[in-house]
Amino acid sequence: MEPLNALIVLLNFVIVPATAYGAQLALGALGVTLIYGILRFSNFAHGDTMAFGAMATILFTWFLQGAGVTFGPLPTALLALPVGIAATAALVLITDRAVYKFYRAQKAAPVIYVIASLGVMFIMNGLVRFIIGPNDQRFADGERFIISVRTFKAMTGLDEGLAIRTSQGITLVVAIIAVALLFWFLNKTRTGKSMRAFSDNEDLALLSGINPERVVMVTWLLVAALTTVAGVLYGLDKSFKPFTYFQLLLPIFAAAIVGGLGNPLGAIAGGFVIAFSEVGVTYAFKKVLGYLLPETLKPDGLVQLLSTDYKFAVSFVILVIVLLIRPTGLFRGKSL
Amino acid sequence: MSEENAYQTKRGAKDATIVNPRPGLTLDPVSEGGVAIPAPGGPYLIGDKMTGGYGKGADILHDCTLAVEEGEIAVIVGPNGAGKSTAMKAVFGMLNVREGAVRLNGEDITALTPQARVAKGMAFVPQTSNIFTSMTVEENLEMGAFLRKDDISGTMEQVYELFPILREKRRQHAGELSGGQRQQVAVGRALMTQPKVLMLDEPTAGVSPIVMDELFDRIIEVARTGISILMVEQNARQALQIADKGYVLVQGRNAFTDTGKALLANPEVRKSFLGG
Amino acid sequence: MSNVNMKNILLFAFVGLLIIGTGFVQSWNVALTIFNMGLVSAIMALGVNMQWGYAGLFNVGVMGFVALGGLAAVLVSMPPVGEAWAVGGVRMLLALVMGAATIVFAILVYQRMPSGRARGLIVTAIIVVGFFVYRFVFDPAKVSIEAVNPASTGYLGGMNLPVILSWPVGGLLAAGVAWVIGKTALGLRSDYLAIATLGIAEIVIAVLKNEDWLARGVKNVIGLPRPVPYEIDLQNSQSFVDRMSAIGADPVTASSITVKLSYAGLFAVVLLIILWLAQMALNSPWGRMMRAIRDNETAAEAMGKDVKKRHLHIFVIGSAVCGIAGAMMTTLDGQLTPGTYQPLRFTFLIWVMVIVGGSGNNWGAVLGGFLIYFLWIQVEPMGLILMDFITAGLPDGSALKEHLLDSAAHMRLLTMGLILLLVLRFSPRGLIPEK
Repeated sequence: MEPLNALIVLLNFVIVPATAYGAQLALGALGVTLIYGILRFSNFAHGDTMAFGAMATILFTWFLQGAGVTFGPLPTALLALPVGIAATAALVLITDRAVYKFYRAQKAAPVIYVIASLGVMFIMNGLVRFIIGPNDQRFADGERFIISVRTFKAMTGLDEGLAIRTSQGITLVVAIIAVALLFWFLNKTRTGKSMRAFSDNEDLALLSGINPERVVMVTWLLVAALTTVAGVLYGLDKSFKPFTYFQLLLPIFAAAIVGGLGNPLGAIAGGFVIAFSEVGVTYAFKKVLGYLLPETLKPDGLVQLLSTDYKFAVSFVILVIVLLIRPTGLFRGKSL
Repeated sequence: MSEENAYQTKRGAKDATIVNPRPGLTLDPVSEGGVAIPAPGGPYLIGDKMTGGYGKGADILHDCTLAVEEGEIAVIVGPNGAGKSTAMKAVFGMLNVREGAVRLNGEDITALTPQARVAKGMAFVPQTSNIFTSMTVEENLEMGAFLRKDDISGTMEQVYELFPILREKRRQHAGELSGGQRQQVAVGRALMTQPKVLMLDEPTAGVSPIVMDELFDRIIEVARTGISILMVEQNARQALQIADKGYVLVQGRNAFTDTGKALLANPEVRKSFLGG
Repeated sequence: MSNVNMKNILLFAFVGLLIIGTGFVQSWNVALTIFNMGLVSAIMALGVNMQWGYAGLFNVGVMGFVALGGLAAVLVSMPPVGEAWAVGGVRMLLALVMGAATIVFAILVYQRMPSGRARGLIVTAIIVVGFFVYRFVFDPAKVSIEAVNPASTGYLGGMNLPVILSWPVGGLLAAGVAWVIGKTALGLRSDYLAIATLGIAEIVIAVLKNEDWLARGVKNVIGLPRPVPYEIDLQNSQSFVDRMSAIGADPVTASSITVKLSYAGLFAVVLLIILWLAQMALNSPWGRMMRAIRDNETAAEAMGKDVKKRHLHIFVIGSAVCGIAGAMMTTLDGQLTPGTYQPLRFTFLIWVMVIVGGSGNNWGAVLGGFLIYFLWIQVEPMGLILMDFITAGLPDGSALKEHLLDSAAHMRLLTMGLILLLVLRFSPRGLIPEK
């Protein structure tokens, strides 16, 4: 039973959490990659857009909770998600009209958009802190576990337990649905195809009668949905704190770049690569090895490659290695 | 910054982690808001005494006139830098025409955007970057028909009949095709709007002589269905052979205008532009 | 220096008035605090301006270089902890050398061997083995050093040298790290400097927070020696008290102002030297070439310019300037507190300074540094006044009123964003544009 116990420990502490985290990063990276593909710049305000979407959802969740509305064993936040998406969509569309549209008319260089996104980042960051404050907010409710350590042990009779939190299960399910919808939209609908055409060749898209402003608007709507979903899932899984979302920018960018910026499949792969390396490298493997190795070889130390505080370092090193070997990222091709 | 427009800085352009190296919109289309004005009479499509250039730059076209009748083939030839492509772009609304007018089917369309001209029945095949390389052949054709709200399967069938190879490759990415096949995709995409006028900018550039003959045959076939064709060609002799009308441009001006056969027979044209 | 025209003089006079006004309205202590940090900010902005303004390099890791400067201040000025050196100093040095040697060896093998599976395996093996050997040597050293009197030391300490020396050392430290980043992130088919600097800045902060043996981590190093007198010594000096009384000043206030003025003097000298060098460089053939490369890289490359090398140079120099400023800031604070390094404050705010001041113009960067830092500090009280005004009609103790008053602190983020967007839109070349 020892190898089985080792596997359960690994599942419990590495694979399950990393899968949930990877799905959250993938959703974030998809948003970054869409903007990069269509509007041709990396949006530094992305983390703060996620924070805004999560905040809007949280506020409405509180309202629902206050009104006595719940979602049974599932978190109420899922019910509030559409409202959060709508609020975020309104915010990014207003931002586009007020900030980015002008630069499109000027045919500005993409780097100007990057700098503008720094300004937007400051404003959104301030806005979120202004409305909800800089502190941790709790909004998860419903059943905490799909399966708890105790139930698992009772069920299997193993020494080690496996816990799967509701938030982790929901993250995966929601992420799969969101990604499936996105790919269906991009590959099967006329509007989605016109977005891909636009990101492939703007001149020819214009000659085909595709309206650039409409493509941009649809992009922002998709980004609003993706960021809000990513932000809420992350908040449910960990906790909501504006600053943490700002810091997610690095792993999200890293995921998008590792996968190949502008490529949605790459963004998903990148999200999981980054998440699994972060969790794997900073996990103490003592227990796992303890089950696998013979008594005499059991490790004394934690067998932790790096302390958890170095998780950013891991994203970064993975990124550099990938770029050195494949400068265009894991998935080549610069279009959606 | 030395550039005129401070928003078009070159800083940071090489950093692919913040800036997508793909070129954005390179065209300088007529801006939105213009309307078509009725102007009856005259040829089916005419760029009449056009003068203009790119942006605020110097004029490239001077009093240049191009026209094509329904179902005819008009060919523009001339030396390098004569403004052949520029003249085509002017007709399609992709640069500012300062003087002169463009009229289509009894309407003055000078103020219309390129998209609006597409809606009016014009289609344009650029010389380069004329396909969506990351999309399948079929998706390229679908994008050609983007403005249409009706059933496009019939038109797609016609394109496949005209270019049978495309039917075979319809699920392949257009970027994986050979040069000649790409040109077929490009022409096919333009035909998907069911245009009245098809404008081609050097459709045979960079393809082998056999493929070139094949393409010319197809173009004649298209013209026989009643579509007017206005094209720029580098291979002047061959193009003029199939042309109902030929325009020889020199430095943005009309140098010779006549039927294709007459131009081929004109000793001066032969000497200067057809290599004897 | 022909940039100095009437409009620019007025802009500088305006910022000067803002600071002097603070002196009259609030206090001279506050005004001088703003002025001193304005000097430091101006130097940081100069560093970023060299990279972005001259060469068009997008560095979003300013925070990391600033923090490295701060580290230098500790390593240079603090007294060494003898006991810690005795229990693990040599072993720690050995570990670091071995770690570095592993990386260098891996790189050499990578460069020498033909590409293929074998190379990948060998390089990976070198790194993995090297890592475990490094940890084998490193871990005991770390544990024993950190066990030495952890409440007050628990680290190796510094070199007990004058703290001013840490300013150039901070520059060198930042330059060294910048060289490594630039070497890897510049000049593949395209650059990936932005993400590289974003990442390295977070790593530098993570190292500072976690490597207690180096600079005590989040336990902070406090009480750094000063390059200027202490207030308490001035207050105890009879001649100082007499002189101050003679001009009718309160000795306590006067002592703190004297200290701040001394810092201001030192910082101003550094700023002027760097500004002078930057102006010389910008107007030299080297500076012209830099701008030529920026505006047309292809042409410059065709003319045989080694673009990658030039970019590496400017990136290293700009980062060094940020490192110098970082060491100065830590000297001014008298302590290194890794927890206070935030990207918004130390990376993106510097960017606001450069963009608002004028990309590519050194005077613009200096102006931006002072102006934006002033606003960064003063928007908060102004926001509070504004909120007081807005909420005046609301009953005391109402939840909305309290929330709005509490939130006034976040107004400055909003304001900074707004200023950046307004300047970028209506004056994209900044307040003092490049010629």
